[in-house]
Amino acid sequence: MLKRVGDREFPGKTEVFIKEASFPVPFQPGLEFNSPAHGNWNIVHTGMLVPEAHQIYVCADNCMRGVVLTAAEMNAADRFSFVIVEEKDLLGGNLEDVTIEGVTDVLNRLDKKPKAVLLFTVCLHHFLGSDLDRIYGELEKRFPEIFFMRCFMDPIMQKTGPTPDQKLRLAMYDAVQERKADPKCVTVLGSDFALDEGSDICRILKKNEILLREIPTCETWEDYQNLGEGSLILNCYPAGKFGAEKQAERLGRPFLYLPGSFDYEEIQEQEEKLLGMLEQQNNRKTGEIKGLDIEKEIRECEEALSYAHQIIGDTPIAVDYLFHPRPLGLTKLLLTHKFQVQSVFLDSISPEEKEVFFWLKENYPELKLISTIRPEMRVRTRQQSEKILAIGQKAAWFTGSRNFVNMVQGGGLWGFDGIRHTAQLMVEAFHEEKDPEDLIVRKGWGCESCI
Amino acid sequence: MRQAYRIIPIYTADVSGVCSALYELGGMTVMHDPSGCNSTYNTHDEIRWYDQDSLIFISGLTDIDAIMGNDEKFLRDIEDVAEELKPKFIALASSPIPFMNGTDFPGLARALTAETGIPAFSVSTSGMHDYVYGAGLALSEIARHFTGAAEKRKRKLNLLGVTPLDFGPQPMVDAMKRRLEKYGWEILSTWAMGDTLEDLSHAGEAEVNLVVSSVGIPAANVLREKFGTPFLVGTPVEGYEGEISDALEKAAESPCEAFEDKKENSAEKSGAQISGEQEELWKVTPDQVIYLRKKDSPLSGFIPTPDITLIGEPVTMGSLAAVIEQKYRKKVQLLCSLEITEGLLRQEDEVIRGEEAMEEKLKTARIIVADPLYRPICPESATFYEMPHIAFSGRIYLKNLYNFRKTT
Repeated sequence: MLKRVGDREFPGKTEVFIKEASFPVPFQPGLEFNSPAHGNWNIVHTGMLVPEAHQIYVCADNCMRGVVLTAAEMNAADRFSFVIVEEKDLLGGNLEDVTIEGVTDVLNRLDKKPKAVLLFTVCLHHFLGSDLDRIYGELEKRFPEIFFMRCFMDPIMQKTGPTPDQKLRLAMYDAVQERKADPKCVTVLGSDFALDEGSDICRILKKNEILLREIPTCETWEDYQNLGEGSLILNCYPAGKFGAEKQAERLGRPFLYLPGSFDYEEIQEQEEKLLGMLEQQNNRKTGEIKGLDIEKEIRECEEALSYAHQIIGDTPIAVDYLFHPRPLGLTKLLLTHKFQVQSVFLDSISPEEKEVFFWLKENYPELKLISTIRPEMRVRTRQQSEKILAIGQKAAWFTGSRNFVNMVQGGGLWGFDGIRHTAQLMVEAFHEEKDPEDLIVRKGWGCESCI
Repeated sequence: MRQAYRIIPIYTADVSGVCSALYELGGMTVMHDPSGCNSTYNTHDEIRWYDQDSLIFISGLTDIDAIMGNDEKFLRDIEDVAEELKPKFIALASSPIPFMNGTDFPGLARALTAETGIPAFSVSTSGMHDYVYGAGLALSEIARHFTGAAEKRKRKLNLLGVTPLDFGPQPMVDAMKRRLEKYGWEILSTWAMGDTLEDLSHAGEAEVNLVVSSVGIPAANVLREKFGTPFLVGTPVEGYEGEISDALEKAAESPCEAFEDKKENSAEKSGAQISGEQEELWKVTPDQVIYLRKKDSPLSGFIPTPDITLIGEPVTMGSLAAVIEQKYRKKVQLLCSLEITEGLLRQEDEVIRGEEAMEEKLKTARIIVADPLYRPICPESATFYEMPHIAFSGRIYLKNLYNFRKTT
């Protein structure tokens, strides 16, 4: 029996100094370990954002188990159904019929028909060459009042094409209907979390009396449909760009990709672009679109970071990719403000971070990059003798730290406010210990969790 | 439609069953899968994942490798990790796509053994069976590969078929062991919680084996063939340990005929012979199943509407049913949705396939004891007692596991 090993070192396999790291994959691919940090959202969590919709999966037991219990743990079992694929369905070549009849049966047994169904087909459908058009065509004929979203749970394809998560974020917006563009409305697509009220985008829109519509704040199907009113479509989360951009094209709306950033210049450029686009959309006769006072914003960021540094001092810091899609950007910001970031937990480097990767390589060559999925990570040392501030759940688990920032995927952070908020979260985490064993194992940070 | 589920989940599947059974034995288990099996297993089916290390990984299979049959990468990746982490064995489990492609897992296991010198075996999963199937076959491989000839020792036994999926955390298992120890039995090894591979390797010294869940049947059959160890089936739930102990004593007194017949053959040969015969692996006879032994009772025989309905795994719940009937004089019926039930259900019990059939069957139930996630398909009129089962609801009710609680 192996018990609480976690006491070995594997230099070269699990970690590398950034000066020696290759781009974009610093570690040798191979078998994969999955840590107990589960706060990231999966396709079930994201799909539940569509109000008055029902999710139906058609797959084998082992794959099904993960998604059905995701729904149960978030107390949403009543919005989730499934059809089990058995060995005979593969050998008999009738997976299409099983899918059609199974989904029909589920829908007929629901007390109330949903407005939409997110129907997830899987790897097996691809490999058997199932006729998905026939499946959806037949279901649409049988249930004309229901909108069927073509979703996939096919992780076998994710290294050579869009991930199931990306494809979902395309499919789930298919139901957003074309509406007359409202110049006083902007829609954000692609995120799991609503932007913080204090985030720069929210403040800019509020200042200019422009309504913000976002999926996470939609409570009804009607709200969801109204997402189509936005005269401009924004996306702030990288995994959502694929779907949001295509939907903007379908809806005939201008699209702006504004990923969360920790770089003053980039934020300033993003806000300028946003203001320019808003001006075009509004075509204002009276008064200009008003932006934020950038100098003041930066000054306040500096104050927040300086204050955080006074508190945190030289305490070692570990950052992970799950906290924010720009872990290296955050690392650069912290290092240039004298924080002692020692390691970044990640498995690949986003193309969006290529520039900062090479900047760090040159300026902070001793920064460690540490894998989260290399098999050796299962037994790598997890307890540290000194206090470590972990930014993110995976960093918390791998360092054994109880002082950690518990947030995933960038939460609702955006802009200069996002930087200040991050500094504040770091201070809070430094002061107050949390229980990782209770918190990070919960699936879907921010969702209801009944474990 | 039997395969369509509106609201209840399904049981843990075979791949997770393999991982769960082998978790504590110091081996390395590799699921040949792109992604999902890993997080499904360690999130919902494995309560030890946070603080008890075990070498369980996925291969990260891609569409290209699956289509091109690139098994070489799979082997190379495993060899690379095995060299570093030095597991005691390597176990391979298949997810649906490699199963569909006809990947030759026994062949890959042989290649791994040859290349690494580490014993390797595969368990014939497809991701489309339940955990009993996967865990049962995994433990039978341990019995086949890692147990050696030994002298029998009086009042020693092994408990077979113990995983958190059916028994919860280790303290629950310890409590079960104590119940038998009170009757003078020494537990040589528990398959497979709380003991090492070394402990399990001495299983042949046992006078008798006790299969405490259906997961233990294949290992029991292998040990019977290899060492002539008789086995009985029944779970020492509270209040049932006395009857089990009596039955064990009688079984221990009787030499195992099958072994006597084959005594001239080597143990190795006997073990090998059985490996490919899955039907034989799951075989039990009525005299081996303690709770099937009818006593003179006014409750015996079929009663159209039982007083109490249990839902769950046949051996653990069958034993519980026996205790309830004896103690409370209430007629109990067990409904089971798992695959392996042959020879394990009483006359009045039923195999129920699918949510719709289960919902229909429960319409007349008066008292139901089941995992809380069955509640949505139970009639309002029934009294429902929660009995969380990790193989059904995962970790959701872990905090109050096995504490009976009346909810309606």
